[in-house]
Amino acid sequence: MKNKSKPHRDPLSLLIRIVVKAAVAITSFVLLFIVAYITVKGLPHLTPDLFAYTYTSENVSVFPAIVTTILMVLISLAITVPLGIACAIYLVEYAKRKNHAVKYIRLTTETLSGIPSIVYGLFGLLFFVTTLKWGFSILAGAFTLAIMILPLVIRSTEEALKSVPDPYREASFGLGAGKLRTLFKIILPSAVPGILAGVILAIGRIVGESAALIYTAGTVAKIPEDVFASGRTLAIHMYALASEGLHIDQAYATALVLLITVFIINIFTSFLAKKMTKG
Amino acid sequence: MMKKKLVEKGMEYLFLLAALVSIVAVLLICFFMFVNGFPAIKEIGFIQFIFGTNWSPGNEPPSFGILPMIVGSLYVTAGAVIIGVPLGIFTAIYMSSFCKKRLYRFLKPITELLAGIPSIVYGFFGMVILVPFIRVFFGGNGNSILTAALLLGIMILPTIIGISEAALRAVPEAYYEGAVALGASHERAVMFTILPAARSGVLASVILGIGRAIGETMAVIMVVGNQARIPDSILEGVRTLTTNIVLEMGYAADLHREALIATGVVLFVFILILNMCFAIVKAKSEVR
Repeated sequence: MKNKSKPHRDPLSLLIRIVVKAAVAITSFVLLFIVAYITVKGLPHLTPDLFAYTYTSENVSVFPAIVTTILMVLISLAITVPLGIACAIYLVEYAKRKNHAVKYIRLTTETLSGIPSIVYGLFGLLFFVTTLKWGFSILAGAFTLAIMILPLVIRSTEEALKSVPDPYREASFGLGAGKLRTLFKIILPSAVPGILAGVILAIGRIVGESAALIYTAGTVAKIPEDVFASGRTLAIHMYALASEGLHIDQAYATALVLLITVFIINIFTSFLAKKMTKG
Repeated sequence: MMKKKLVEKGMEYLFLLAALVSIVAVLLICFFMFVNGFPAIKEIGFIQFIFGTNWSPGNEPPSFGILPMIVGSLYVTAGAVIIGVPLGIFTAIYMSSFCKKRLYRFLKPITELLAGIPSIVYGFFGMVILVPFIRVFFGGNGNSILTAALLLGIMILPTIIGISEAALRAVPEAYYEGAVALGASHERAVMFTILPAARSGVLASVILGIGRAIGETMAVIMVVGNQARIPDSILEGVRTLTTNIVLEMGYAADLHREALIATGVVLFVFILILNMCFAIVKAKSEVR
């Protein structure tokens, strides 16, 4: 009896402890290894040349790709953020529990979040590129990505709105404010960190996305003149470098740029999440 | 007063309109995928398309059988599950029930970072590290089912860890206390009472992980070899449904192009089935 209550004494407990510890060790090792390897290999090639204004086949500058990525992020967010926030507002603040529309909205947002990016890419190709005749363009890519990140923005805004305490609403109504005024003056301002965290996560997905963009935005390595021009984002740029195989060093450096972006995004989101829970 | 009421009502409808966008999006996606994919399936013949073992769009006459790709996707996904699921669940168990707060503050960002790394970076990592590793230690040329399974196993870890951990934490404390009161050690209580109690959440995480693995494209394309054939061993290369689309969409025309879209439809149907399973499991866990 004594043996059982003490850890490490019976073999099964010991085995369980070893297995879970090994699992954590492997998981952590994998991440640290990936980060360390990319950093060591990529850092020496993060030269000023890599950020030259134009892309040539000798000097595969990432600068045009960075510009395209930023454009892509801005346009996609401009489409999705208002829509996603409005959708979440409806779900949390207006819809009644047993509303049929709500059931379908939830079902479809969940479906959207499960669809793989290559299917989004195909859809973008069929709808925006071919049917709407936009061609391979920044706009087609941005619209495709906008649909892709919609569920993410909706969900994080929903969570943020739900975490605003009800007394806030009651106090505002009690002072005679209407529903809209309460929404815009009281509820949304206190939900901002949570919404922002979702938006930043969405930026992360846009920056890292490649399969949905390759046949919508295309792979032209120039700074796009307008939104109907084709352009490659950083992730597509990296795919091109890696699969061509001629500029592996620069591919490492581009990978490092992507990793750093992800790192910064994660720091921001966890900071905002902390702010949100402290309220 | 009237005007104010009008604005209030108007805004409510505006919000409702925005909320309907996701429904419209899903309908549009379904419509365009099916309308563009079905004619090809009809022309090739459903049985010929799904069970045909020969994919040679360039031949005269061309042959469009996607069984090799379906098998490839299933093998690679199954491999990813075999590698990623136990690793992910045990990691989640450690994070929810074994580790100290200080260690947790280090581990949580690690899993979040794993989730944030773009698939193209994973693919590149697989190409420069895993492919040579498999080539040297297991033989073959390195671009294989095993390599892709290993890489996807890593990629689905954050999905499995995140959701499983939340499910494990949601198990009432009383379960654990009851087990310990009956004389179980901490390890046994966690493994045999908390884990079974969290099973539907853990199952949900596995389903999401499968969805991620089967839909992954850019990471797989760089390590899987991309030969459209039914493999004899896990050290041979295959082609998956996803990579088939990316590889050939750039130059495909006419029936070939439609057959690729139909490949996407097959993938899409797989995902819809997985989504349905996920919804059922989730509904079950909420009832309990």
